[in-house]
Amino acid sequence: MYLKQLNLHNFKNYTSAELTFSPKVNCFIGDNASGKTNILDAIYYLSLSKSYFNLVDSQNIRHGEEYFSILGKFEMGGETTDTIHCIQKLNQKKSFKLNKKEYQRLADHIGLYPLVMVSPYDRDLINEGSEVRRRLIDSIISQFDKLYLDDLINYNKALAQRNVLLKTFAERHFFDQASIEIWDEQLIQLAQSIYPKRRDFLQNYLLIFNHYFGLISGGKETVDIVYETQLAGQSMGDLLAATIGKDRIMRYTTTGIHKDDLVFNLEGYPVKKFGSQGQQKSFILAIRLAQYEYIKQLKGYKPVMLLDDIFDKLDNNRVEQIIKLTSENSFGQVFITDTQRERISHMLHEIDIDHKIFEIKSGEAFELQNHDLEIL
Amino acid sequence: MNNFSSKLVENVVNEFSKLPGIGRKTALRLALHLLKEEKSEVELLANGLLKMKDEVIFCKVCHNISDTDICNICANPRRDPTLICVVEDIRDVMAIENTSQFNGLYHVLGGIISPMDGVGPNDITIKQLVGRIKSGVVNEVILALSATIEGDTTNFYIFRQLKEYDISVSAIARGVAVGDELEYADEVTLGRSIINRLPFENSIRK
Ligand SMILES: Nc1ncnc2c1ncn2[C@@H]1O[C@H](COP(=O)(O)OP(=O)(O)O)[C@@H](O)[C@H]1O
Ligand SMILES: [Mg+2]
Ligand SMILES: [Zn+2]
Repeated sequence: MYLKQLNLHNFKNYTSAELTFSPKVNCFIGDNASGKTNILDAIYYLSLSKSYFNLVDSQNIRHGEEYFSILGKFEMGGETTDTIHCIQKLNQKKSFKLNKKEYQRLADHIGLYPLVMVSPYDRDLINEGSEVRRRLIDSIISQFDKLYLDDLINYNKALAQRNVLLKTFAERHFFDQASIEIWDEQLIQLAQSIYPKRRDFLQNYLLIFNHYFGLISGGKETVDIVYETQLAGQSMGDLLAATIGKDRIMRYTTTGIHKDDLVFNLEGYPVKKFGSQGQQKSFILAIRLAQYEYIKQLKGYKPVMLLDDIFDKLDNNRVEQIIKLTSENSFGQVFITDTQRERISHMLHEIDIDHKIFEIKSGEAFELQNHDLEIL
Repeated sequence: MNNFSSKLVENVVNEFSKLPGIGRKTALRLALHLLKEEKSEVELLANGLLKMKDEVIFCKVCHNISDTDICNICANPRRDPTLICVVEDIRDVMAIENTSQFNGLYHVLGGIISPMDGVGPNDITIKQLVGRIKSGVVNEVILALSATIEGDTTNFYIFRQLKEYDISVSAIARGVAVGDELEYADEVTLGRSIINRLPFENSIRK
């Protein structure tokens, strides 16, 4: 599976663009704020039906325009081409189509065209709150387990309903046990399905993660990812029963799988506090590469890889290592952004792998031909 | 689109655009269309709306929208009064009637439990449903609410309310994809899922 063609209209800073890609390495070269990451985000849209950055779809419409359109053609092997088309008009519902057919539920799209994004924002995984880390687990499991995603969506809905109920009761100085219990029942059933999947996933994932961390760091330190969950010792039913008093005072649900977290350890200590910058960068990259490998193993084919400002994260040798892995078929299609043309074209020249280079200039993309590069 | 040359047209556009699924562009198109129509046509529409609002009533038995105290379905002696299908609103009644697979009576809740939308168990006709069961003729209740978390939770609440009565409670089979509204399920799958209904207890995930 690879992305053959991408057409953009009024997406972020692009008025109009049409790009045809290499099945292997594609590079976007341009100054800061020229629109490199925006192209990666458009590709991200095709896979996950939403932006990596803006949760409000309409904010991705080019300022002053009425809509954006992203169209992508994936070569699926054999003669099959899948066309994904996303259109967002101002004040309207997003349209998302596979081969001209509108999805009834966007969740059905997730996992069909898997993708892993490596971004400078990945440092949030270490620095930000637990939500970011839950999203990491959820986004990986959802790529291959439809039921998990359904359960998770339903859990979050039931949780939101229960929280509204707690709030309403508190405001009206009133309480109805039966009304709470029906939502508890949902949360209990859903948590019973979600929790073991998270636990088992992390066990397997950790092995792959350890392998990649060793590769990246040269392999002296021991690393660990610990799954912190209230569900480990107690059932969801017991938790809800034990905290209903507290929940009524707080006016929201204080226990459950929505409180799960991951602790990242290096030599037994949290990498957030005790890891050097370099160690933290290696940790994060290993998280993403392990994500890639995990999805690849389960899907049986290679996800698309997006590497945004990868040179910020790694020195030249490490990036060369990654591109080599691509040439050795560990990775499938890769998209890379960089501000320096020389650095990347030199590297590609050394490795000799099928590639395309695009120059990005304030919202326009030009494919560079080989003779353009020789002028360098 | 705010430079109306007529306040009168603007008013109508404002009213139309309050309707579900109608944006301001469509509202303007409708308004201009009505402006071109014969006056008698517009009167038919305006009077029809008022008459509907004034005169429509809810069936005293099943709470479906009706022109008479007891709706056509409840009044039909050929329908099986021992079997009740519980639905959210008239659209579900219409969808199930289209399948021709169901010969019992309905019970229209008028909503589903959703605290976020301000709907609790007492805001829909669950008490009235229990009342119908108490009266004794009913043998079986089929829950046919949409397969959303709210529909499911409402099923669960009703199931608990009906536990003490000696009737069987079933739910329509989930052949319909999770999250698909009943209304959108095609007639074949919907018809089949009514025939293949499962005892509700089996549909609770273990
Ligand atoms: N909705 C939008 N309309 C117009 N321009 C936008 C929109 N969203 C982002 N941009 C512009 O896109 C540019 C950033 O592009 P980006 O791809 O992040 O740059 P980089 O090449 O550094 O990765 C900024 O100049 C920003 O103003
Ligand atoms: Mg960027
Ligand atoms: Zn009736």
